[in-house]
Amino acid sequence: MKKYLSLALAAAMAFSLAACGATGTSAPAGNAADSTPAASTPADAAPAEGGEAGAATGTLNVGGIGPLTGGVAVYGLATMQGAEIAVEEINALGGLQFELDFKDDTGVAETAVNAYNTLKDSADVIYGTTTTDPCINVAAETFNDRFFQLTPSASSTAVTEGRDNVFQMCFTDPNQGASAADYVKDNNLGESIGIIYNNADAYSTGLRDAFVARAAEIGLNVVEEQAFPDDNTPDFSAQLNALAAANVDLLFMPIYYTPAYNIVNQAQAQGFAPKYFGCDGMDGILDIEGMNPDLVEGLMLMTPFNASATDAATTSFVEKYQAAYDGLPNQFAADGYDAMWALYYAANAAGIDADNMSHEDICEALIATFTSGDFSVDGLTGSGMTWSAKGEISKDPVAVRIENGVYVTM
Amino acid sequence: MQFLSNLIGGVSLGSVYALIALGYTMVYGIARMLNFAHGDVIMVGAYVVFFAFCSGGMNPLLAILIAMAVCTLLGVTIERIAYRPLREAPSLAVLITAIGVSYLLQNGALLLWSANPRAFTSVVSIPPISLFGGRLTIPGNTLVNVVVCLVIMVGLWLFVNRTTPGHAMQAVSEDRGAAQLMGINVNATISLTFAIGSALAAVAGALLCSSYPMLQPTTGAMPGIKAFTAAVFGGIGSIPGALLGGILLGVIENLSKAYISTQISDAIVFLVLIVILLIKPTGLLGKKRVVKV
Amino acid sequence: MLQRIKTMRSSTRSNLVTYGIVLGFYAAVQLLNAAGLLSSAFIGQLVPICAYVMLAISLNLTVGFLGELSLGHAGFMSIGAFSGVSFWMATQGRIPAWLGVLCALVIGAVCAGIFGLLIGVPVLRLEGDYLAIVTLAFGQIIVNVINALYIGIDARGLHISLKDAASLNLAEDGKVIINGAMGITNIPKASTFTLGIVLVVLTLAVVLNLIHSRAGRAITAIRDNEIAAQSIGINLTKYKLMAFIISAVFAGVAGVLYALNFTSLVSRRFDYNTSITILMFVVLGGMGSIRGSIIAAAALTVLPELMRSFGMESYRMLIYAIVLIAMMLFNSAPAAIEWRKKTAQKLQGVWAAHKKPAGTGSGKGAA
Repeated sequence: MKKYLSLALAAAMAFSLAACGATGTSAPAGNAADSTPAASTPADAAPAEGGEAGAATGTLNVGGIGPLTGGVAVYGLATMQGAEIAVEEINALGGLQFELDFKDDTGVAETAVNAYNTLKDSADVIYGTTTTDPCINVAAETFNDRFFQLTPSASSTAVTEGRDNVFQMCFTDPNQGASAADYVKDNNLGESIGIIYNNADAYSTGLRDAFVARAAEIGLNVVEEQAFPDDNTPDFSAQLNALAAANVDLLFMPIYYTPAYNIVNQAQAQGFAPKYFGCDGMDGILDIEGMNPDLVEGLMLMTPFNASATDAATTSFVEKYQAAYDGLPNQFAADGYDAMWALYYAANAAGIDADNMSHEDICEALIATFTSGDFSVDGLTGSGMTWSAKGEISKDPVAVRIENGVYVTM
Repeated sequence: MQFLSNLIGGVSLGSVYALIALGYTMVYGIARMLNFAHGDVIMVGAYVVFFAFCSGGMNPLLAILIAMAVCTLLGVTIERIAYRPLREAPSLAVLITAIGVSYLLQNGALLLWSANPRAFTSVVSIPPISLFGGRLTIPGNTLVNVVVCLVIMVGLWLFVNRTTPGHAMQAVSEDRGAAQLMGINVNATISLTFAIGSALAAVAGALLCSSYPMLQPTTGAMPGIKAFTAAVFGGIGSIPGALLGGILLGVIENLSKAYISTQISDAIVFLVLIVILLIKPTGLLGKKRVVKV
Repeated sequence: MLQRIKTMRSSTRSNLVTYGIVLGFYAAVQLLNAAGLLSSAFIGQLVPICAYVMLAISLNLTVGFLGELSLGHAGFMSIGAFSGVSFWMATQGRIPAWLGVLCALVIGAVCAGIFGLLIGVPVLRLEGDYLAIVTLAFGQIIVNVINALYIGIDARGLHISLKDAASLNLAEDGKVIINGAMGITNIPKASTFTLGIVLVVLTLAVVLNLIHSRAGRAITAIRDNEIAAQSIGINLTKYKLMAFIISAVFAGVAGVLYALNFTSLVSRRFDYNTSITILMFVVLGGMGSIRGSIIAAAALTVLPELMRSFGMESYRMLIYAIVLIAMMLFNSAPAAIEWRKKTAQKLQGVWAAHKKPAGTGSGKGAA
């Protein structure tokens, strides 16, 4: 009951903020209209339409897909919940309405295709999927059926490769792995670098491959690599022993925060204390209920999103998220939130008439807008985000360091 | 030195497998069924300890006692509703039902406690032991795991071999029909087995998450399979076998990670298992059943 | 014709019914599809259903007829899928598609069969749960090794590595076929429902013929009493291996069919959970009942998808678990079987009692 009440309050707040935003589109940046992304962005997002928000009409049916059950449910739920917050805000604006129908794929390709087939009779655009392998399969379907697809978090290049209709809200793996290597080199973070990665996970191996390739190019000294076969593997003592024996002083961890927490915990028990460097999958490590902040003190990561940032857009999102779902949002949720707003701005810029246009027409119109070159979105995970014709996003990774239990931008 | 350190890591991991395997073997030995939901009962036990101790601030021993009570209740209820009606059915039917129960517990936990991982605070507050001037560290958890394992093993062995309910269990295990004729209440005996097995699961859950702190609804699944392997490895149904199998499995796993490959460590562990079973087809300490025509 | 059906052996009649169910299903789907009455979701599941039916039938041979518990059936599926699809990818554009599919299916079958032999020879000496754990171990080994496997092809031939794609040292024109955890991507789909049904019928033909042959009777004799079977001169190893290898071969074929229905193929798809799911079909359908396997595989594949339509996305898997337990209890519990018999008798009684007065009643009305 409390949840619904707070949800209603959040909605009301969103409405009041957004209403002020909608009327303030022509106002200069930096005034009250800046308090949510809804307020500031229509002006930037739809320059082609002369900054007029609300050019799109009708109800856009967004078919969402991601794991709500099974071993990777935590990521799917986050992408769904982040999107739900945005949908609530968008619908409160009046104008174009979003209807998000989110289906469970349990993280399995076959189930994701089933979910897509269930959605395709009613959806106008596809949002998802959360994880890479299901996303590749759904992307092949949407490409044939001509649905516009935006994934919040499937970061492999195999997702968008050769498909003009698929766009990513997250960094690609090669892009992120290479910039991580560059960052380590430029800031002289480590002399002998170790890597630990999940060799059964496409995301983790993708980042590792890109990091290693770039490290060789720019002369980073990678002394030891260790792998593990499953995020549910609890024990890392052998890997940590090997890394310690190689005198690793910086450990690159292109993995999710759940195994990462087990690793830092065990490293401490074994008396091994390198500097840690993670990627966007590491975001969320501070939000684990009951976690010990001392273990991750000094840990560095590249993340597009910082839940403890104090800008108005982030605080508003975090408040609403906490009220609705208990717990802090991570970058999956933030990418989901931004994905919905990106869709909204693009739909407005393209003047989508959601009730009367076919999904094929919506797809072509949105592709044209996303790749037009002057379409950019300001969101929680970056400002001035643009997309290439390949569907890959361009946004600046931000490196942060954990100090006293919060992110500090480096 | 590094070898010793890897060995200790293996014993630490193995002692957790052994704790879980003891529960498996107990239920298998008496009720003759593979209780695939055992790993998930462990997960429930860990959640109970988490809420009572880690976020509730209760005394850790009291928290574990509460978890044991909850798991016992859960285990006996599962047995009553899902397994007992199938007592006379083919054993595979019970196996599939157990898998259904496992799905039920995992998805129930997902809805009840959400998919967000939780970080478990160790229930063990013994400081690590430092040897050879700090070059070798034995974590406190490892010591506690091994001691608890041994205590439980000896306790179970004494219970099964020296007490009346224990003898009843052996009789049920040997020949259910004959046991009934001798006036043993088979249903009550099997319920008791599940009660003990599930109470052990709560202890295993607390110690599993004390060593490896990430707690999620799927936490029990992977160690559950490994422990099942360990139980078979040691000779399923044999109580000392479960301990031996668990520790050996952990050591083999850690050493193959350290000296062969981390990428295919699981493959190596299972390969060793296959080879050992081919040499000793009933596990390390398992009894050969003589089949009469 | 009718006379012939009446006089034929009961097993032959039962087989005809099984074929009839499969072909009837095919015809019904084609008709309903032509009339536009099928949902996209259901159409999308047709090929996986065929694959699962094949897997269930083939596993039933090991579990139901040979009486050995196997927890690694997905391992054979995985070997079939990866070998067949690797060939399919390597020969893209070089040979006609129909030939490519055919070769992929044959290669998948042969590779899975070879592994069936390799595993079967040592393992079938084990008994009961020990055999189960070894098959489980085999499945996990396959998952783990393929996860770490990199295979590429270029003008110089095949390159294999267990480290990463970069260590393949491919020439400029080379392409990576199996890319570790990413598996095989961008697979041109080739599976169709018709192909699936053809393969299901083929599986049925082989398995049903085997069961009703001399070899099949030997296999069931081993299940019922190994020592007795041995004492009358049945070669245990030969017949055990025969059942195990045929089972593996069709799992491999099903793997190829399944994999060619998707754009990507990853090793983790064929883990222990998939083996368990296939076992679930067999047990729920009734061990030793081919028809039961078919129906259970189809029904349990469609069930979780059907539950989506009731608008309970997050409760879906919970309810699936409850339904599974309830079905097992209803199907296998002695008490439930007793109750079902009694109820059936009672219903028959009611029906018979109802029929008489109703008959006379209508007679009166007519008069």
